[in-house]
Order: sequence, then C-alpha cells, then structure tokens
Amino acid sequence: MIAYLSRRLLGLVPLLLGITLISFMVIHVAPGSPMDLLTDMNPDASPELRDRLAEHWGLDEPLPVQYAMWLKRVVVGDFGNSLSRDPRPVIDKVAEALPVTLVLNLMSLCLVMAAAIPIGVYSATHPYSRSDRVATVFVFLGFAMPTFWLALLCMMLFGVELAWLPVSGLQSLDYDSLGPWDKVLDRARHLVLPVSIAAITSLAGMSRYMRSSMLEVFRQDYVTTARAKGLSERVVVYRHALRNAMLPVITLLGLSVPGLIGGSVIFETIFAIPGMGRLFYNSVMGRDYTVVMGVLVIGAVLTLLGNLLADVSYAIADPRLRRR
Amino acid sequence: MLRLQINKTRPVSGHKMQGLVLAVALLALAGCKSGPGGNDAGPAADIDLSPATGDALLEGSIGDASNLIPMLAGDSSSHSVASLVFDPLLTYDRNQDQLEPRLASSWDVSEDGLEITFHLREDVRWQDGEPFTARDIEYGFKTITDPTTLTAYAEDYRQVSLFEVIDDFTFKVTYDKPFAPALASWNNLVVLPRHLLEGRDINSATDFARHPVGLGRYTLESWTAGTTISLRANHDYYRGRAYVERVVYRIIPDQQTQFLELKTGGLDMMGLTPLQYSRQTSSDAFKNNFARYKYLANSYTYLGYNLRNDLFKDQRVRRALTHAINKQEIVDAVLLGLGAPARVPYKPGTFWHNDSIEDLAFDPARSRQLLAEAGWSDSDDNGVLDREGKEFEFKILTNQGNDLRLKTATIIQRRFKEIGVKADVRVIEWSAFINDFVDKRAFDAVVLGWSLGLDPDQYDIWHSSKTSEKEFNFVSFADQEVDDLLDSARRSFDRQERKKAYDRFQEILVEQQPYTFLYVAESLPAVHRRFHGIEPAPAGIAYNFERWYVPAALQKHSLSPGG
Amino acid sequence: MSILSRIASNRLTMAGGVMVALLFAVAVLAPVISPYDPGAVNTQAILEAPSLAHPLGTDGIGRDVLSRMIYGARVSLMVGFVAVGIASLIGVLLGSTAGYFGGMIDAVIMRFVDVMLCFPSFFLILAVIAFLDASIWNIMVVIGLTSWMGVCRLVRAEFMALRSREFMLAAEGLGLPSLRIMLRHGLPNAMAPVFVAFILGVAGAILTESALSFLGIGVQPPDPSWGNILTEGKNTIEVAWWLSVCPGVAILLTVLAYNLLGEGLRDVLDPRLREG
Repeated sequence: MIAYLSRRLLGLVPLLLGITLISFMVIHVAPGSPMDLLTDMNPDASPELRDRLAEHWGLDEPLPVQYAMWLKRVVVGDFGNSLSRDPRPVIDKVAEALPVTLVLNLMSLCLVMAAAIPIGVYSATHPYSRSDRVATVFVFLGFAMPTFWLALLCMMLFGVELAWLPVSGLQSLDYDSLGPWDKVLDRARHLVLPVSIAAITSLAGMSRYMRSSMLEVFRQDYVTTARAKGLSERVVVYRHALRNAMLPVITLLGLSVPGLIGGSVIFETIFAIPGMGRLFYNSVMGRDYTVVMGVLVIGAVLTLLGNLLADVSYAIADPRLRRR
Repeated sequence: MLRLQINKTRPVSGHKMQGLVLAVALLALAGCKSGPGGNDAGPAADIDLSPATGDALLEGSIGDASNLIPMLAGDSSSHSVASLVFDPLLTYDRNQDQLEPRLASSWDVSEDGLEITFHLREDVRWQDGEPFTARDIEYGFKTITDPTTLTAYAEDYRQVSLFEVIDDFTFKVTYDKPFAPALASWNNLVVLPRHLLEGRDINSATDFARHPVGLGRYTLESWTAGTTISLRANHDYYRGRAYVERVVYRIIPDQQTQFLELKTGGLDMMGLTPLQYSRQTSSDAFKNNFARYKYLANSYTYLGYNLRNDLFKDQRVRRALTHAINKQEIVDAVLLGLGAPARVPYKPGTFWHNDSIEDLAFDPARSRQLLAEAGWSDSDDNGVLDREGKEFEFKILTNQGNDLRLKTATIIQRRFKEIGVKADVRVIEWSAFINDFVDKRAFDAVVLGWSLGLDPDQYDIWHSSKTSEKEFNFVSFADQEVDDLLDSARRSFDRQERKKAYDRFQEILVEQQPYTFLYVAESLPAVHRRFHGIEPAPAGIAYNFERWYVPAALQKHSLSPGG
Repeated sequence: MSILSRIASNRLTMAGGVMVALLFAVAVLAPVISPYDPGAVNTQAILEAPSLAHPLGTDGIGRDVLSRMIYGARVSLMVGFVAVGIASLIGVLLGSTAGYFGGMIDAVIMRFVDVMLCFPSFFLILAVIAFLDASIWNIMVVIGLTSWMGVCRLVRAEFMALRSREFMLAAEGLGLPSLRIMLRHGLPNAMAPVFVAFILGVAGAILTESALSFLGIGVQPPDPSWGNILTEGKNTIEVAWWLSVCPGVAILLTVLAYNLLGEGLRDVLDPRLREG
C-alpha cells in the first residue's frame, strides 16, 4: 500500500509540471497584460507607468525566465502577490474565496447524493416503468434549465413574491449582533436557494450514473446467485447490489473535485457570493497572472489528491484491486 | 460614495467590471430631487422630520474596491469609498463650477499664475487623533511624484517645480509655466498620514490600503472581501459629523440581483438602468418607498473614426456618416429617452459647452450627396457604395459588457445601410480590444465613451502630439489651430479667455467630425425615501451626503453600540 | 428486435428524436420560415409584447424575437454540433491511438487527459475565450478543445477491450498493418458509445454557450443565439417576459430532447444492456 501510494504521489509531479506549463503559456500568450486595466485609456497615466509596473512585477523578463522564477517560488509554497491594485498575496485571496465555495458545493453535493441514490436505485429496480420515466424527465429538466435563469426565477418567487428567503448574499447585515442559534438560522436561510439550485442542476448526472451502475451490478453472477439462494429482493438490492454499485460512484466523486473547488462564476455572480469562480473570472479579465496561476495550481493539486483519494478508497473497498 | 473630483477628461472605462462599476458610481454618486419638505418627504405629515443622527445606508456596488489609498486606486469603487475616508484640499461646488474649501481654508494664486499658496485648516485631526499638517501634504506630494510609486495620477503634480512648507499649516507650490488645471488637482490624492506611512513602501502597504486611517466624513469599520465594505460616521469630522451613522456597500455583481435586493429592502440606494427607471419603477409601491433622480452624467458616448484609414480621411465622408445617424433615435431607443444627443465633447448646460453651434442634422439625402461628392457611388448596383472598385465597408468595434454601446452600434449599422455603407459590428473583450485594436490603430471605427472632467482641458485627447501608441488621441486627429487653442487655453487662468478658445475648438470639431458625438446619458439613482436632506444639483446628489439624514421616527437600522 | 423498433418502442426516446428532428428542420429552413430579418432594427417597436405582427414580441431595439429564435436555433445547433464534432474527432483519434498501442503512448496520452481534467472545464473555456475574441467559430473551437477527454477515455476503453477479442488477434496474426486493423475493425466497434456521447455532448455545448453568453463571452450579438437572447431577457425579465421565456424554454426542451434521445440510444446500442 505504501509503495503504491508513493508511486502514485511521484507520478503527480510531472502532471503538475504539465499543468503549470500549459496554464502559464495560455495566460501569457493572450493579448493584454495586467497593466492594461490600470493604464489603458486613462489620460492621467503616463506611458512610463506601464514600464514601471512591468518592471515592478517582473514582466519585463523573457517568458522562460518568468516561468522559471515563478516555478522556483511556487516550489517553496510562495504563489506571489496579486498583480493588481490589491497587491496582497495570492494565497490570502484564495484563502478568502475557497472556504465559501467549498462549503457551498459540499452541501449541494450531499443534497445531490441524498436525492440521487434513492432515485437511481428506484429507477434501476423498476427499469422502463412509468415512474422510471417520470424520474428521468424530472432530473433532466433540472439539468436542462439554464442555471442563471432558474436562479433568477427562484429569487423572484421565493425572495420577492413570497419573501420567504433572502435574495442574495451569505448573511444578513445584522449577522454579528445575532445570537448563536439565529446565526445558524440566518446562514441557512441564505444558503437554501444557492445550494438547492446547484443540486438540481447536477442531480441528473449522479442519478443516471447510479441507475446504470445498479443495472450493471444486477447482471453480475453474485446477484443472480444471491437471488437463487432465495434471499429477499430487499436484501439483494441493499446488501449486495447497492454496495457494489457505489464503487464507481466513488470515482465519480473524485472527478467532481474540480467542480467543488472551481465554483461557478455564474452562480456566484447572480447570488453575489464571493467564491473561487468570481475570483478566477476577475483575475482572468484583469490578466492578473499570479492569481490565475495560483488558482489553477491549487485547484489542480486538490483535484489530483481527490482522484488519488478516490482510487485509494476504491482499492480499500474492492479487495480485487488491492493486490495490483 | 462620493466621486473623486478630477480635473481632467477621464475615460469611461469600457471594461466589463470597471465600466459597470463606474456607471454605478456615477449613477449613485451624484444627483437631483426636491427638498425634504417637498413631495418626497414621506407618508405622514405629523411625524417629526427634523434631522437626526443614526441609521444606515446600504448601497449596491457592482465591483469590490481594490485599494483605498487614493493615489493607488484605479477603479471607481475604491475611489467612492476613499472619498468618504479622505477629504480633498478643495473641491468643486454643487454647480461643478467654482472651487470651494475643504482641508485648505483659503489659497492665493500669484499674479503671473506661477505660484499657489495654500492655507490649511488648523482644526483637522486624523482618525487616530494626530493633527493634520502641511507635512502630511508634503509627504503625499513627495510620494505621488516619486517615480517608484505606481500611481496613474502623477502627471499634474509633476508640473510643480518647487514645493515649500512655509509653516505647519501653510505651503506654497511653484510652476514653471502657468497651468490652468493646477488648482483643482490638489484633491485627496495627496492627503495621507505621514506619521503612519513615512519610510514605508507605499506600493506594498496593503494593511493601510485595506484599513486606511483618514480624516474624512467616515471611518472604515470593516471590509469583507467581495461582500461588504462598512463605514461609520467620523464623529470628530471637522465640518460636523454626518447624520447617517453607517454606510454599507454591498457588492452585488449582477444588476438584476441588485434591483431585486432594492425591492426587498436589501439595498437603500442603487443606480438604475434606463429600463428599470422607465418601466420598472413607476408603480406606486416603488414610488412610495424610493425617490428617483435623474441628471446628465459627466460622460459621453461617441463613434470614433480612425483618421489614418483611407475611408475616413475625407472630411466630407465623416460629415456624411454623421448626417446618416439619427442621434435622437438612439437616445430614445437605447436610453429610453433618458439622455441627450451630444454634439461636442462637453456636457450640455455647462459653462464650457458651446451652445451656439448648430449640429449636423439627421439628413440621409445630404449624406448621400456628400458621399457622391467624395466619389462614392453604387456602380455595381449591389446596394453598397463603391469607389475605384472598392466597396464602402468597415467594422464598428465596441467592447464587451456594455449593452448600451452594442445597441447603439447596431442601430448605427442599420442607418449606414440605408445610405449604402456596409458596417459590421464586432464586440471584443476590453483588454484585447485596447491592445490589439486601439493601441495598434488597427480599427476602422469604434463606439466608446469618455468621462468628462470638470476642467475643460482636453489636451490628451485632441492634441496632435498625443497620437503615439498608448496615447489617447488614438483616432490620430491633427489640426494646427486646435493644437494652438489647446496649448494657450491650458496656460491661462482667465475663464473668459479660456472659454473663447474652447468655443472655437468645439466649432472645429463639429466641422471636421473626427468623432460623431452621440449622446450624454442620464444618471438614474434611486434612494430610499426615509433619507432626507438630498438636494439635487448639477453635481448630482451625493456631494452633500454628510447632510443626508433619516428622521428619528423613520430610522430602520438600529446599531449595536460600538459594533 | 431491430434498433429502430427498439427506439420506437421507447416513447421518451421517440419524443426526444422527434424534437431533435423538428429543430433541425427549423434550423435548416430558417430563411424560409422566419417572418423578419433577424437583424432588422425597429426603434419604433421596442420591447413589444407578443402580437399578430410579432408572435413572440420584440427585443430591446425592436427586432422580431421569433425570427431571432429561429436563426438562434441555427447558431445554437451549429455551436453544439461543430464543438462536439471537434471534441469527438480529437477524442476518437487520441483514444484509439492510446487504446490500440498501449504502453508508453497510452501512458503519455492518458497523462495528458489527466492534466486536462484537472482544469475545471469552465476555467479553461473562460481563459481561452478571454484571449481569442468571441466569434462563433472560436466559441465552437474552444468548447470542442476543452471537452474531448470523456470521448477519449471511452474510445480507449473500447479499444482495450477489443484488443483482446479474437477477431483482432486474428487480424494481427494475418499480419495486417495496425493502422488498417484499427480503422477497419476497431473503430466501427467503438462508434456506438461515441455516438451516444456525441448526442449528449451537443446538449452540454448548448448549455455551455448560454452560460458563456451570461458572462458576455458567448456568441456575440448582433448574431442571435439562444444564450444571448436569454441574457438580454434576464435583464428585462420583469418587463418583457417573452424575452427570457422563449429562449429559456427552447434551451430547456432542446437539451431535454437530446438527453432523452441520447439515453435511449445508449440503452439500445449498448450490447451489455441489450441482454439485460
């Protein structure tokens, strides 16, 4: 196991290098520079300011040198400072945005799993029945609805017309003066819409995956054997089939890590949530190279670790793989 | 919240975020309404409406601030917040016409216009209790003119050849040549607490940039990145404390979300879009809760022609294109009537605007005639004019994220088609737009906007020496008479003399049409009715923000003491 | 049962298929059936509610929404097909190469897939779109370039499975050159799942375009796409419901139709499920 792990971890190094190289090339080859937003079309800004900014940020060096310098710093965990009017360290900016996105997405993932497993199991045990079809259409409706439209309609209905929930944001203005219980309640009220809308849009993928995974398992010999032994259908489905059908879902969870930390700029824009999606979007638009690189690299590392974790838990769950 | 008064023509940034932020700042920050006793005064007449301190104003902002040190800030959100925390030495009055004192109680300009002496107030303290003195300004001046300071605003201060501190509350600046915009340049950009910053690298003083110690109407209370910026009234403010105890900027990037928040009480103030103003806020329910204001913004939108392009070298062609555009139609369709057609680069109704110029009228027949004179005819009968085998076709570029400009370009495209000119509209992301097209002069025509300063100087945009890469005369306009006029007008302190020069300058622009000046939009802020004391003026509504108040009986937000 | 009759027997799949066919008809016949020029501005008829003259109303500068929706169907479908076409092409090429040769080649290609999967796909699209300008072609290319990884893995898996099958071994035993084996025998066998992925991918690409439009970096007006009509509709949702409901419902139904069709085809084409 330890050999397996260390081999896998070593394998991540070239992957990470590839990721940084691609990111670096894409962002630097693009037209424009971080100086643009500060100096362009601003008659007060002298042309020398551009040069001074470029020099200050080390952008006057040739690209390979810049990449080497960047890499050298990143290896020791220094992602540099943001190349913008808010020149704080990249890591601080990510640390502000990541928890928001992570909490939101984990909650919606839990909601998705809670809904998708029963739907998937039911569909698989009653394939091609009327209820299977209704479930299919229902989950796909959620998937097919453009997110921002659904979000806006829900905000208008629940936020404005019915006034049950706050329209946007993460907490009320008077949050600090609330009691502990009210704080939880306030947070929850703000999270209902974003979390459930995020869940609705990704319900389809998970529940369909669950369904086909279950159907696959039903055809396996051990299920047939279990049935032949005269075990009740309930035991067959929940004791034998479901456990095995969950295995591929673990892999899928590992693959959904980029989504968990990437956040969605659309979502965050419409709900006014300061998460990773907006951080990345704003830094791309402002050509804030260090933040763009930082977000991508941190995202990639977490993703790779997520995949590794998924593989490891898969290996633990499935003894056949452990020997490899 | 308050607009930084800058004495030069400044850009309306077209960048998606910045452009919108700016629009909101402009909308939100300036304004018009009837007095507190008027029909806006709120429901019951028997409650006590006298000024009271307390309550909070929640304002919507499309973007987060970035840096609250004014000389380092680049976006309007930052300048808005900073203008509540830092005061200028002097500022334009409510009519945007005369300068009035703030930190400087008075100033003298020498006979020859080369020396200005400022006398500072002696009763001003920084928010940490230290007294404010001429040494602070000296520090600010040295910092902004220091070549290592990454500021975009140094140009005006570089004109100063000598800065002398006379005593704690007096300083004198000397210029080599008279420089008309000099006085107004002494705004809050150079107001920094020396005792906290001296010896530090200002560029990396991010702790101060996010938690500044100022001397203005408000003190920064907290700043949650991307969410809220919260300010509290400075009770020791030298001009008397502001009534409204707290100002909270809520950062809500989507304008539709902002509007829903406004309707549900999550915001007290936001800049409305023309559509929201004209179609979504006329219900009684809205009008009972919000007062709407409108006044012309300090900016204009134009169609600029690349004068290096053979198509546009002929003045008759440019005049023909202007004749083909119905400016009123654009105002009516794009702004829903909430704006005015523009003919020159000055705001209609201001002192500098040349009212006597006749604009080129919408006249397609005249347009065709001019094009025919310039040699353009439809020889192959395909509906598009041609000359020497070349069709009259070009691209109109505009930037992403500005719906009004896109609609404008699309309407112009249709009008041009009617006179046989084929124009395609292309929308390009801001950074790429500036770098690949504007800077390289690789464009035919652009729809863009400039924001107008309060000083009439437009040297950077129209002088023929400002046409090289990255400079702002990007259409490459060159006219000897205009050069002379711009030169002499910025060297004179005589208003009438300057007015004469700028009047002539405007005549030449109208004659030559290097831009087709399109429209000036109106700012459309909405403010909750519980706020009283708003007095609309040419400067907008926000210039007297410290005098806004909520009568005790109408206050909505109670505040935890000290919180 | 033949494939067609199996499709016909599943009503959901049929419904999806009919809708997809209808959309195709609309897109192809756009110039014939659209009542107005989709770019015709009419400043006298701004944001007019649906009427006989304009069955789906007009937009913010008086263009006919029905005509724009019809032409938008063209653009949206084209974006979907070309983008997914590019993705499928890359995916099939790389996947079959990796699956057939195995070894080092396989390892390198699959590591590249891993790298690409590490970027949240929206990040990639956003980054690339910001740099190229947002013409329809660039949008299609970018969506294609960032969504081929799934197909690649799929094709590779099919090839790996095929490699051990008897007829491939036989072909190799006969000394047939590997490229020919791959094209003649391997590829057709891998086509069924790719086809399903293609259909599902089109739906995804249409949604992606609308999301990009929300950010202002999708298909750029004045060219109509459902995404950019919906985005204008978002800002006028309280004044002009038709401007968001029309494109919203169109996207909803189209994506639903493609998914139902794709899912149905998967059941029909997947030999393992056929026995079940």
